[in-house]
Amino acid sequence: MYLEDTIAAIATPPGEGGIGIVRISGDKALNIAKDIFVFSGRKMQDFKDRYFHYGKVVDEDGRIIDEVLLVYMKAPRSYTTEDVVEIHCHGGIIPITNILKAVINKGARLAEPGEFTKRAFLNGRIDLVQAEAIMDLICAKTERLAKASLRQMEGGLSGHIREMRQRLIDLMARIEVTIDYPEEDIDEMTTQSIREEIEKISHRINHLSQTAEQGKLIRQGINAVIIGKTNVGKSSLLNALVREDRAIVTDIPGTTRDVIEEFINIKGVAVRIVDTAGIRETLDQVEKMGIERSRQNIERADLIITVLDASKELEQEDREILNYLSGRKALVVLNKIDKPSVLNKESLKEEFGIEVPIVETSLTLGKGIDKVEDIMYKMFFRGEVGISDDVMITNIRHQEALNIAYNHLLDVLEGMDQQMPLDIVSIDLRSAVDSLGSITGETVTEDLIDKIFSEFCLGK
Amino acid sequence: MRFNAGQYDVIVIGGGHAGCEAALASARMGYKTAIFATNLDNIAMLACNPSIGGTSKGHLVREVDALGGQMGLNIDKCFIQIRMLNTGKGPAVHSLRAQADKHDYHRMMKETLENQTGLDIIQGEIVEIQEKNRRVTGVVTAFGDIYTCKAAVVATGVYLKSRIIIGEYSVNSGPNGYFPANFLSENLKDLGFKLQRFKTGTPARIDAHSIDFDKMTVQPGDEEIIPFSFLNDTLVRDQIPCWLTHTTEETHEIIRENLHRAPMYSGNIEGVGARYCPSIEDKVVRFADKKSHQIFIEPEGKHTKEMYPQGLSTSMPIDVQRAMYRTVPGLENVRIVRPAYAIEYDCIDSKDLKLSLESKEIEGLFFAGQINGSSGYEEAAGQGIVAGINAVQYIRGQQPVILDRSQAYIGVLIDDLVTKGTNEPYRMMTSRAEYRLLLRQDNADMRLTQIGYDIGLVDDKRYDWFMRKCERVEKEIKRLKNLIVSPTHEVLSYLEKKGTSAIKSGISLYELLKRPEITYTDVEILGGKGEELIRQDREQVEVSIKYEGYIEKQQRQAQQFKKMESKRIPSGIDYSKIEGMRLEARQKLNQIKPESIGQASRISGVSPADISVLMVYLEKMRRGGEQGEI
Repeated sequence: MYLEDTIAAIATPPGEGGIGIVRISGDKALNIAKDIFVFSGRKMQDFKDRYFHYGKVVDEDGRIIDEVLLVYMKAPRSYTTEDVVEIHCHGGIIPITNILKAVINKGARLAEPGEFTKRAFLNGRIDLVQAEAIMDLICAKTERLAKASLRQMEGGLSGHIREMRQRLIDLMARIEVTIDYPEEDIDEMTTQSIREEIEKISHRINHLSQTAEQGKLIRQGINAVIIGKTNVGKSSLLNALVREDRAIVTDIPGTTRDVIEEFINIKGVAVRIVDTAGIRETLDQVEKMGIERSRQNIERADLIITVLDASKELEQEDREILNYLSGRKALVVLNKIDKPSVLNKESLKEEFGIEVPIVETSLTLGKGIDKVEDIMYKMFFRGEVGISDDVMITNIRHQEALNIAYNHLLDVLEGMDQQMPLDIVSIDLRSAVDSLGSITGETVTEDLIDKIFSEFCLGK
Repeated sequence: MRFNAGQYDVIVIGGGHAGCEAALASARMGYKTAIFATNLDNIAMLACNPSIGGTSKGHLVREVDALGGQMGLNIDKCFIQIRMLNTGKGPAVHSLRAQADKHDYHRMMKETLENQTGLDIIQGEIVEIQEKNRRVTGVVTAFGDIYTCKAAVVATGVYLKSRIIIGEYSVNSGPNGYFPANFLSENLKDLGFKLQRFKTGTPARIDAHSIDFDKMTVQPGDEEIIPFSFLNDTLVRDQIPCWLTHTTEETHEIIRENLHRAPMYSGNIEGVGARYCPSIEDKVVRFADKKSHQIFIEPEGKHTKEMYPQGLSTSMPIDVQRAMYRTVPGLENVRIVRPAYAIEYDCIDSKDLKLSLESKEIEGLFFAGQINGSSGYEEAAGQGIVAGINAVQYIRGQQPVILDRSQAYIGVLIDDLVTKGTNEPYRMMTSRAEYRLLLRQDNADMRLTQIGYDIGLVDDKRYDWFMRKCERVEKEIKRLKNLIVSPTHEVLSYLEKKGTSAIKSGISLYELLKRPEITYTDVEILGGKGEELIRQDREQVEVSIKYEGYIEKQQRQAQQFKKMESKRIPSGIDYSKIEGMRLEARQKLNQIKPESIGQASRISGVSPADISVLMVYLEKMRRGGEQGEI
C-alpha cells in the first residue's frame, strides 16, 4: 500500500565524495534525530532550526557509527515542506549505510526513487518543469532498482524472503480456513504447533537479517582483484584474507569458476576477491585467454591489490603491473619482509612514484594481514572505494522488510502469550506477510485465498 | 404495441435478495419505486441452501440491517434454527448463521414489499433498458409496456440466459423451473456491456420420510438465541435441528466411475464455477485422497418434508445422483424429490461499475447482486441496499454513499468487485477484510446506522433505539473505568478461582476486564451490574474494552488507508497520455477509472512507481488548471 510516512534515503552518490548525506523527511524526522544523535555523550533535547550541529551518530547498542554534522529544517521551510533532517557523514559506504540503517530502525521507511522530489512537488515547493524531470527520474531509477533486485534474486536474499513469506502464508491459510469454515472437518492446528512454527520462522528471519547485515548473502559487493607475478604470495594473501570466520559461503550451487574467487566480509562490507592468472604476454593460446580474463577483471575491479616480493628486484612484469595502478583505487602489498629486503616502502614511493597505500607483510609468518584489512576498511569508510548504490539500496530494502516482519512476528508471539484468539493475532501475522511481500509488491489476500482453496476441500 | 404504462423514480429489475433491498431502500427514502420480477412467486427465493448468514455473510446481514435494510428483520421472523459460529475464537469472527423456513422467508419479504409505501410490485420480464444521451430513461417489458424512470437498478441474479444442466440433459431455464430472462443480455451488450458466463449449482432435495436420521448426528441450534437484527435483542423460539452425515468410499467410487457423464468434465458446461461452492464431483477429483466429506442435512421449512443435503451439489445425471446419494449413511433408501443441477448464466464485468455500483457507461443505471459476478444471498443484499441508496442519491443530485474497506464488509465486497473484478463467482470471506477487527458483527450499527439515518433510510424508531444503546454503552464503560476493586480477601480468592494473577493494589474493573481470564460476567460479579443493560450493550462493552489495544492498532492502519482514499482523482482522465507510466498501468487505470489514489493503488498491475507518476501528473494538472492550461 502507498503511505505518507517518514522516509529516508542517501542523498549523495556513495563512494564518490568525501561527504555522504542521509536525508530524512516526515513527522518522525526530528524524533529519529534525537534518538540517534549524541553530542558529548548525551542526547539532544532539541535541535535549532537550520543550524549545523556537530556530534556523533550511534547505533542501537550505543556504538558510535560516525562523527557527523546534523541539520534540522523545520516544516514548512524545507525542501519537501515537511520536517527534514540531514545527516552529513563520511562519504564511504560503511558510515552512510549504517546511518541509514539506524534511521530505518527508528521507524523511517526507505524512500522510493524520486520520492523527496515528488513530495516537494506535491507540496507546492517546485515548479512544473522540474516535475517533468521527476517523472523521468522516477522511471529510470525504478527500472534500475528493479534490475538490481532482479540480479540479487539469483542468489541473494529475495529467494529466502519469498520462502519465508510462503511459509507464513501456509500457516495463515491453516488458521484462516478454520475461521472461514468452522464447520468443515479440518484439523485445527494447536496453539502450540502454531507457536512453534512462528518461532522457527522468526528465528530464521532474524538470522537472515543478521546474515544480510554481514553481507554474507550478497553476491554484489566490492570487487577487488589481486594481481602480481607468480610466487609473490597472491594465493597466500587470498587465503589469509579468507579466514574461516570471514569467508562467505555462498549458497548458490553450480557456479563454475574459471578464476579463483572468494567472497569475504570485512567489517560488514562484502568483498569479492579474484586471484588473477597473470598478465604476462604469451603466445600460448590457452594462456592468452587466461590473461585476457585477468585484464577484464582488472578493468572491472573497484580495488586493485598488487602483491610484490620485497626480497627481489622489480622485474619487467612487476613494472607492467604497477602501470595498471595509475588512476585506480589500489593498494600495494609488499610481501616476504621476513627475508632480506631489496625493496621497501620508501624506495617504492620515491623510485616508482607509487602514491597508493603500501603495506609490508610476511604472509608466511602471518604478519601485516591486519593492516591490509585495516587499510581496505578505511578506503571503504572514507568513500575512496564504493559500490553501486542500487545494490546497496536493494540490500537495505530487503533487510528492512525482514526486520519489520520479525517485529510483527514478535507481536504475534506476545499476543499468543496474552492468550489472544488466533484471529486477532493473525492481524500481526498478516502485517508480517505484507512486509515480506512489499518488495515485490505482492499482496496477501489473493495468495492466501488461493492457498486456502488449493489446500483444503471446502464449500457446500 | 408499445405503450407508456407508468412513471417511477426508481425501477428495480429483479425480485431477489439484491432487488428487494434496493427497492425497499429507495421507497423508504421517499422515492416512487417499482420492482419487477419475472414471477412474483420467486421474490426473495432461497434458490439454494435454506439458510442465511455464516462466516462473514452474517456480518453482511448485520450491516444491511444497520443501514435500515430488511434481510436481518426478515430472517429473524422466520428462522427455524440459529447458531453463532466461531464462538471459540475472537469477537471479530463470531458469525451468525440461521436456517430459514424458505417459504416463510419468501412470503414475509413479499409481504413487506407489498406493504411498503411508495413501492409497486409488478410481474413482468424486462427486455430492454432505455437510455437517452447515455442516461437511463426507462424499461420495457416483454409485453411491450414502457415504464419511465430516473434511475434503474439491474438485479437479475442468475436469470440472464440461464441454462440448467443435469448430466446429458440441459434446458434453457431459470432456477427451480422458473423461466429465464432471454432478452436483456442482448440489450446489455447493445448498451456496451461485456458479458461473461458463470456457473453455480445446487444439490437435490430429498424426502425426510426416506431418511434414517438415527444414522446421523444431530445438530441443534444455540440455546441462547442471538437474533440478526439489532432491533431484536433476544428472541425465544422452538428450533428444528440439522443432521450431520458423510460421504463414503462407495460414493466416491460411483462418482469416479461416472465422471465421463459429468458435464463439468464432458465439456457440456462452459461457465466458470466457484472454488467456493464446488460440486461433490469437483471435491472428489481435486481432493482424491480425502476419504470422506461432511454432509449436513438441513430442513427446508416447517411445513415441508423436503431436506437440503449440503455438500452434495452435483450436475451428474439423475441416475448417478440417486445411486451416489444412497451410499451416504442414513440415505440408503433416499427418495429424491427435486434433482440437483448446475446452472449457467450471464453476468457483467464488475470492473465496468463505479464504487457507487453505477455503470461507468450509462448514468443512473445501477447493478447489484449475482449479475455483478458475486455469489450468495447476503452478498446480493449488501450490494442491493447500496445500489438502491445510490439510485436515490443520483436522483437527488447528491454524493453517492460509498462504504470503504475500513467501514464495512459491504465496502470490501464492492471494492473488490469494482477494483479487481472477479473471474469466478465471488464469495465474501473474513480473510478478505484487512480491518477485520474493526468490522465486527457486533458493532455494525456503530459503524453504519448514523450513515443510514443521515440519508433518510434509517427511521426514527431504529435511530432512537441506536442512540439509547450508544448512551448506555458509553455510560457503562465510564462506570467500569471509575470502579476500583481492592485486593480484599474476597476479590483475591475470586481472582484465584478464575486462574488469573492476584492484584496488589486497587485496579479498575476496566483494566481487570482486559485480562484474558476475566469476562464481563466476572466484572459484574465483582462490581455489580450496570444499569438496564441489554445483551448487545454488554457485548459491545466487553469487546471494546477487552481488545482495545488491537482495535487501536487496526484503527491506526485504517487511518493510513483512509488518507490515500481521501485523495480523489477527478473523472475524465486519459491515462494513455501520462508519460512515464508503464503501459500496463495506463491500460488498467483507463479501464478501472479509479476514484481515489487509494483505489488506484489496489489495481493489480499498478506499481507504487506508477502511483507516484500519477500523483505528480494530477498535481501538474491541478496547477495547469489554475493557470488555464491543460
